[in-house]
Amino acid sequence: MQAASEPIQELKLVGICKRFPGILACDNVSLEVKRGEVLALVGENGAGKSTLMNILAGLYQPDSGTISLNGEAVHFKTPNAAFAHGIGMVHQNFMLVPNLTVVENVALGSKNLHRFMNLDLNGARRRIKEISEHHELPVNPDAYIWQLSVGEQQRVELVKTLCFGAQLLILDEPTSALTPQETDDLLARLKRMTAELSIIFISHKLNEVKALSDRVTILRHGAVVFNGTTADHTPAELAALMTGHEVTLPRNESHDQSTEVILSVKALRARGDRGNLALDGLDLELRAGEVLGLAGVSGNGQRELADVLAGLRPVESGTIHFQGKNLTNHSPRRMIEAGLGYIPEDRHHEGIVPSFSVQDNLVLKDYASPKFSFSCFLKLGEIERNAESLRECFDIRCSSTSVATGSLSGGNIQKVILAREIARCPKALVAVYPTRGVDMGAQEFIHTQLLARRKEGVGVLLISEELEEIMNLSDRIAVIYKGRILKVLPAAIATREQLGLLMAGVVNE
Amino acid sequence: MNSGGMIYNILSLGVPFSVALLVAALGENFNQRAGIFNLGCEGIMSMGAFLGFLPAFFIKTGPLAAHVNLLGFVFAMAAGALLGLLFALVTVTFRASQGIAGIGLQMFGWGIAGTLSRHFVGGVTGVEGVPAWAIPGLAKIPFLGGVLFNHNPVVYIAFLMVPTSWYLLFRTPWGLKVRAVGTYPRAADTMGINVNRVRYQALMLGGAMAGFAGAYLSLCQAKMFADDIVAGRGFIAVALVYFGRWNPVGILGGALLFSLAQTLQLSIQVGGIKFPYEFAVMLPYVLVIVVLAFTRKARMRGPTELGKPYNREMRV
Ligand SMILES: Nc1ncnc2c1ncn2[C@@H]1O[C@H](COP(=O)(O)OP(=O)(O)OP(=O)(O)O)[C@@H](O)[C@H]1O
Ligand SMILES: [Mg+2]
Repeated sequence: MQAASEPIQELKLVGICKRFPGILACDNVSLEVKRGEVLALVGENGAGKSTLMNILAGLYQPDSGTISLNGEAVHFKTPNAAFAHGIGMVHQNFMLVPNLTVVENVALGSKNLHRFMNLDLNGARRRIKEISEHHELPVNPDAYIWQLSVGEQQRVELVKTLCFGAQLLILDEPTSALTPQETDDLLARLKRMTAELSIIFISHKLNEVKALSDRVTILRHGAVVFNGTTADHTPAELAALMTGHEVTLPRNESHDQSTEVILSVKALRARGDRGNLALDGLDLELRAGEVLGLAGVSGNGQRELADVLAGLRPVESGTIHFQGKNLTNHSPRRMIEAGLGYIPEDRHHEGIVPSFSVQDNLVLKDYASPKFSFSCFLKLGEIERNAESLRECFDIRCSSTSVATGSLSGGNIQKVILAREIARCPKALVAVYPTRGVDMGAQEFIHTQLLARRKEGVGVLLISEELEEIMNLSDRIAVIYKGRILKVLPAAIATREQLGLLMAGVVNE
Repeated sequence: MNSGGMIYNILSLGVPFSVALLVAALGENFNQRAGIFNLGCEGIMSMGAFLGFLPAFFIKTGPLAAHVNLLGFVFAMAAGALLGLLFALVTVTFRASQGIAGIGLQMFGWGIAGTLSRHFVGGVTGVEGVPAWAIPGLAKIPFLGGVLFNHNPVVYIAFLMVPTSWYLLFRTPWGLKVRAVGTYPRAADTMGINVNRVRYQALMLGGAMAGFAGAYLSLCQAKMFADDIVAGRGFIAVALVYFGRWNPVGILGGALLFSLAQTLQLSIQVGGIKFPYEFAVMLPYVLVIVVLAFTRKARMRGPTELGKPYNREMRV
């Protein structure tokens, strides 16, 4: 991949259509970007944003429509061709080979470093250094990708794409897995880069869109429904245009406290994937009928806590009591039977079986109950009826409940998981980043559902990095830091600044 | 026989015994690193053994007679590369299930080699094969000289393939591409790597090496051809790739361990030691299974997309 010969002054997409089996993902889409401009591309889950950008990056072939650069029609048959014209994309799922180092990943795509029987890793290292110093994106070139945190990987992705000589940068939901600090950082850097590059920016967070972009294009069901200057519109207006109705995120207003403790965790210690002590004497109490927000920068033990509560990770010491029963180190099955619902962080690998149909995923925890089976036979009719009613009540958008769940959009997969967990009438619900990568409409829906469960007396443990989400929904807020709970405070008196400090590990008393 | 002599015998026999396994497994390693699981290795080795044997069998006089062994290896490798190409066509281009296609290739290679051999060769006939060539100087070292430096030249070539494969895999652009397409083909694709081309290349190289391993069996080890000459070594080679965790050095260790167990087993039988021979024959296989079961799994190092065809326009 070499740098493009001439700078991109203007990029135009005209009438792009792309059909996947059973769905029109892009429906006659046209848009344009000029030099030094930031275009925000927004839309609900499954609106076709990633598909459109994959077409622009040469990964997918459009069924019809044209792409033109500086007034000249171009046709990208491969990602290479797009790169040769200076178009670089940071994909929604990172495109980094996990068992290679950062340098090797960069060298992989830099054809000019490929010598006969010899790989110029030092050349790649120099290039990385150059780029990362120029754009102030620190990376460690010799680390293996699998050792890096999500935020670091994000930085590596950016550096990699810039090393290949991108002049138009496509960023597909770059912030969805970043901490608030990392997000602010990234936005500031991108702002600086616009002096040299054009950017197409995809995000579900409209405040980011407001902060960064010059213009905004909204997609709905694959078609452009709006095109305008960002400064002229408020986030609320944009949200309404995106979903077709007004979006108001619900708030937990009634801070009345119940006292019945339903889940209590004492002096919990457990190890993370790399053998470190991720939970180091954690104490936590969840009451019935409350939302307990667990705030903290990710990587402080949230993931391990969720695993432990789901029975997926061994506890080294400490106890978990659920409704008075000791459930420490019990199997996931026992946890499920005890009435603990779980919305996992990684919805593709833990929440669903992607190749199973929506119907099957909806009974994944209850297939053996008398409701869905009779001796060793499944009651297929009942399973289908169950799916249809949940689909209606949770507004799961899919062409039919017998399609593979993995083919749904992120927001709809999340609704499938939510529907399954809630339909089981849990006593307590652990929700880990439940709205990550999910559009505004679905977010509103999920929040409403969580609050409705609270009303019914379910204890909800909400693990999130979004302070706004936590403050909107919680009765009490616990801050986790380095595997312990630093402090628990009532949501009514918590302030953003105070939580921010606590999340950074600062206790001032 | 004293025990020192027995150990010497086991070692000096075990080293050349390991060659066919080693080369086939190094070849299979390229396949697997690129994400393709080739169970057909056994079939390619059968073809290699037959075609390697053929020139030596037919050409007894004339100017070519001096080069029949070289010719045999060239034939075997060419046929192996062709079978690798065929396998690539089926599994990479047509995205057929690799396990099934591999079993098909195994039966195909084995069947064709046997049929052709019955047609052209008839009964079991020996050939002269590749003579031993002691490395001057080194072969004189007591003990080690006999174990390592007093074999036919193909043995030395095979052992040189270990560092060469390692270098190719970890220090060249091609090796980097191979590792990338076996782990995360979509990422490689977005970086402008032609995933299918790299997989074709890896399969052809792996096939050529399996053919080479087959020819070694008929020209250097058995010095004859019979249709069951490979006797499961192709499958053992596949297991050795896991055993060696996709690293040529580990594969060398596995190949040596297995063939030393094999020669130990033989010398138990030959030496008349009181031990039921059925168990002795089982020993190497049991050893491989036990070691495979108990080694730590290195999840992050191997090709995680092993066995999955790549389709650019497919989601997840
Ligand atoms: N490779 C594919 N095969 C089949 N269908 C696909 C494929 N890629 C996307 N789709 C479908 O096309 C539609 C658009 O998907 P796309 O990923 O572009 O949405 P998106 O706007 O990026 O959503 P999100 O915000 O969830 O990332 C969805 O309905 C999706 O299910
Ligand atoms: Mg997307």
